[in-house]
Amino acid sequence: MKTAERGAMVIVGAGQCGARTAQALRDNGWEGDITLLGNEGLAPYDRPPLSKGVLLGQKTVTQCALYDDAFYRDNRIDLRVDAQVAAIDRVERRVVLGEGRSVSYRRLLIATGAQPRRLPVPGATLAGVHVLRSVPDALSIVGELAPGQRIAVVGAGFIGLEVAATAIARGCEVVVIEAASRALMRAVPEIVAGYLVERHRQMGVEVRFAVQVDQVLGSTRVSGLRLSDGATLECDAVVVGIGVTPRTALAEAAGIDVADGIAVDDTLRTNDPYIFAAGDVCSFPHRLFRRRIRLECWKNAEDHARVVARNMLEYGETYSAVPWFWSDQFDMTIQIAGMPAFGTTSVVRETGSASKVFFALDGDGILVGASGVGQASEISREVRIAQELIARRARVEPAVLADRSAKLKSLLTAEAL
Amino acid sequence: MAADTDNTTWVVACAVDDIDEEDVLRFDHEGASYAVYRLAKGFHASDGWCTHEQAHLADGFVVNGEIECPLHQGRFDIVSGKPLSPPVCVKLKTYPVRVDGRSVLIGLPAAGAIDAAKGAT
Repeated sequence: MKTAERGAMVIVGAGQCGARTAQALRDNGWEGDITLLGNEGLAPYDRPPLSKGVLLGQKTVTQCALYDDAFYRDNRIDLRVDAQVAAIDRVERRVVLGEGRSVSYRRLLIATGAQPRRLPVPGATLAGVHVLRSVPDALSIVGELAPGQRIAVVGAGFIGLEVAATAIARGCEVVVIEAASRALMRAVPEIVAGYLVERHRQMGVEVRFAVQVDQVLGSTRVSGLRLSDGATLECDAVVVGIGVTPRTALAEAAGIDVADGIAVDDTLRTNDPYIFAAGDVCSFPHRLFRRRIRLECWKNAEDHARVVARNMLEYGETYSAVPWFWSDQFDMTIQIAGMPAFGTTSVVRETGSASKVFFALDGDGILVGASGVGQASEISREVRIAQELIARRARVEPAVLADRSAKLKSLLTAEAL
Repeated sequence: MAADTDNTTWVVACAVDDIDEEDVLRFDHEGASYAVYRLAKGFHASDGWCTHEQAHLADGFVVNGEIECPLHQGRFDIVSGKPLSPPVCVKLKTYPVRVDGRSVLIGLPAAGAIDAAKGAT
């Protein structure tokens, strides 16, 4: 990279990760140009409240903005919220926009995130069928959540369950349809998922497993769902939460390696040394788990941003933060540290009358994940300490993990030796 | 230390030994809730509830002079209350602390005086 270093730091994708990277570039002393290219027509905003506070009517869209206008002005961040990025020209090192315009980059970050999957069935585009990713999505769902409305939620993942919890709180009738045999299949152990689903049922949510949607019924607007078991579910609106796919098209067209997301190394750099990818869109090798992972969550976008900004400035830092995730539903919270799915043994600790933490150990007895469900005050410490232990690839005795009276924090001191 | 004299009420929050080093304790007083911290260099106090959403910081995690909220892992500087890490972005109110013998006292605004003035019609 001896060629003259010129051009801006350019970020494609003005979501959580992109905006935080812009800020982190300034925090790390970058004084040149920063161009932040979004296409949502809105300044970067926080997405977690969309499924909770915004749907409940307790939080306005304005309150979700990550920064005010003055931030972009004061930090000389050229934020464009209606940019249409046509291509990446790797030879000339520029991002091609519409109408023959382009922006030269010194380093480019692709932080285009992920897009919600749509139902691959007839009728999926009828009015009243929603996904939830963006502010416009949330606002269109808000309009459906009137008391007595029948809401069908397709998918018992985090988005589906959070929407179900919110819709019940707004007085709707809610049915959740899940194709798998249980909720949260990829994220947490069956027992954690079961515990959460039990709470949903107590609150009046109907949850049906092992059934798929064959067709969305209705002429111009959804009136029901035809299910794979032959039943018809009448409903006034549908919210589909069946996962997301990383937005890799731009990178693929430019010949950048893709492997379940844009493939980056452990410094979040792609196979082009001038181009990085971060957040939901990228897969990266994680030294703690000795494999390539891709994460779809707020904390990862946040943590990636801090590291990728430094690496765009050639600090060459390895990304190794322990994944951490939360979901708030009703009065309960779920917290996940590490990768519970990579464990082969599970140990449970009862941390309160209605709270549990599950620890996941791999074949070598190394702690690789923890998931807590219940009251935040009763699970967060254990999950937090597990996060530290996972970072150290600590071997922990299952008996200690299971013993509620054994102070986990003392393991940190022991491990520090 | 003039500010400590006129408009501050000192309230015993806990005993010195009630908190391990690098830890935090909840203290409730007259309808308000506080968090009292013990760091290597001494005691500190702040409002108990996180400025982001409904979570008590005494359930949080003390690390390197910072308090991390138990709900979403936002962080504040314990000494200044400054928000350090998203999602928290609003400063945490802090209170002066002093140790008297084995007791930890926190200095609260003397709201009683204001209430008395309000009620004196």
